[in-house]
Amino acid sequence: MKFKSVFDIIGPVMIGPSSSHTAGAARIGRLARELFGRQPKWAKIHLYGSFAETYKGHGTDVAIIGGLLDYDTFDERIKTSFEEAERVGLEFEFIPEDAHADHPNTAKLVIGDDEGVMEITGISIGGGKIEMTEINGFPLRLTGQHPAILVLHEDRPGSIAKVATSLADYDINIGRMEVSRKAVGEMALMVIEMDSDVDEKIMLEISALPHITQVTRIVD
Amino acid sequence: MTILFRSVKELVELAVSQNKLISEIMLEQESLVTKRSREEIMAQMDNNLTVMEQAVERGLKGVNSVSGLTGGDAVLIQNYMNKGNTLSGELMLDAVSKAVATNEVNAAMGTICATPTAGSAGVVPGTLFAVKNKLNPTREQMIRYLFTSGAFGFVVANNASISGAAGGCQAEVGSAAAMAAAAIVEMAGGSPQQCSEAFAITLKNMLGLVCDPVAGLVEVPCVKRNAMGASNALVAADMALAGVTSRIPTDEVISAMYEIGERMPSAFKETAQGGLANTPTGRWLESKIFGGAIKQ
Repeated sequence: MKFKSVFDIIGPVMIGPSSSHTAGAARIGRLARELFGRQPKWAKIHLYGSFAETYKGHGTDVAIIGGLLDYDTFDERIKTSFEEAERVGLEFEFIPEDAHADHPNTAKLVIGDDEGVMEITGISIGGGKIEMTEINGFPLRLTGQHPAILVLHEDRPGSIAKVATSLADYDINIGRMEVSRKAVGEMALMVIEMDSDVDEKIMLEISALPHITQVTRIVD
Repeated sequence: MTILFRSVKELVELAVSQNKLISEIMLEQESLVTKRSREEIMAQMDNNLTVMEQAVERGLKGVNSVSGLTGGDAVLIQNYMNKGNTLSGELMLDAVSKAVATNEVNAAMGTICATPTAGSAGVVPGTLFAVKNKLNPTREQMIRYLFTSGAFGFVVANNASISGAAGGCQAEVGSAAAMAAAAIVEMAGGSPQQCSEAFAITLKNMLGLVCDPVAGLVEVPCVKRNAMGASNALVAADMALAGVTSRIPTDEVISAMYEIGERMPSAFKETAQGGLANTPTGRWLESKIFGGAIKQ
């Protein structure tokens, strides 16, 4: 079941005109910022399919920038997000792509600052709901059927085991797990699909483990 | 995760066997799935209702979209109604004008509540605020209207689609109109089965509706399709309350909608390549708004 809550149907409260092209776009931007962990200094935004064709008319551009500035779907400041981005020093560029993407509403965000760069691809699947499909070139093969978290960590022995142990301590069963890294000893990530949801307390506990950079909920 | 119903049949059976309203089953499921209290869930829906009220109010004062393609029609319809000589009746036109008002606000980048999407956000509140004047519901009953709509929309979203890009306008305004029809029936005191019949009757008459927005904007013909979606919902609700039933079961109508959406050419699924978007005037408006040559 892709849609789990009544508020996926009656909602979100949002700035118009399109739930997929405006609200979904804002959510992709906001999730990208959350994964990056801070306000990026620059963003290159590649748009595919229907996003590339119609982004201006739907406010997809101001919505993605709004999301990168941490605005929610209903934040009136989405309309003036370009001005705000300039004020806080976020440089951005939109690049409509001709290439075919698997989903008609696809955006690839490359965001960064002096400390690092992150590449995130998201799709907007309707009614404002989104899915992340790729991070740093690593495809996230999420079924969307189960709660999932993304853990960014340093590639060190034992870090995967510690996260799994933490979840086991709370009686949370892992249904699927993928791990990947850029190179030995560098930044790595885990995508964990579980049979039950993790609450804030468990999230905090995992983020406090050694070598863990960040924990983000990617599917509720 | 605890899902109480995956089909309309299961939803109606639950309501009947437990002698509960459809809205109640939706509330219970939401509480089970999200592990939130009833009060919290009601409060969030109350907030959504307030957003809908404010959007209608704003639209009835008159708004204009950024492109200039839409705006002001809600005001025209209200002025016409005030002359007191309507053909289809005041409640019907009230619903129509309020559905239009909501979508005009949406096109003007105002704040709305997606039901189930932004492009189809006018039908559910439009019908609600019109029926309200006739049935005098309590605030709680108005909130329940949204849970009933949501219950049916939940089944559609999980078994078919609520996205124009995936299923055409039948999936958006079609779903919205059918959801509204079911909610009207519950508010008017009809049975859960009658809610289901109203839903099926509405959706059957929206099947095949393509998504062909001019210039790819959520304006033409979206705003007026919301108007007609609202009218469809009201007529179907009356038919179901009169005892008319759908020969094809509701869940099979939803499957048919899904199949039609899957087999619909992509030119008619929110790509602005076919239909009204591809008419000479549609193409001319597109080039006027976005610049560039007129596409053939």
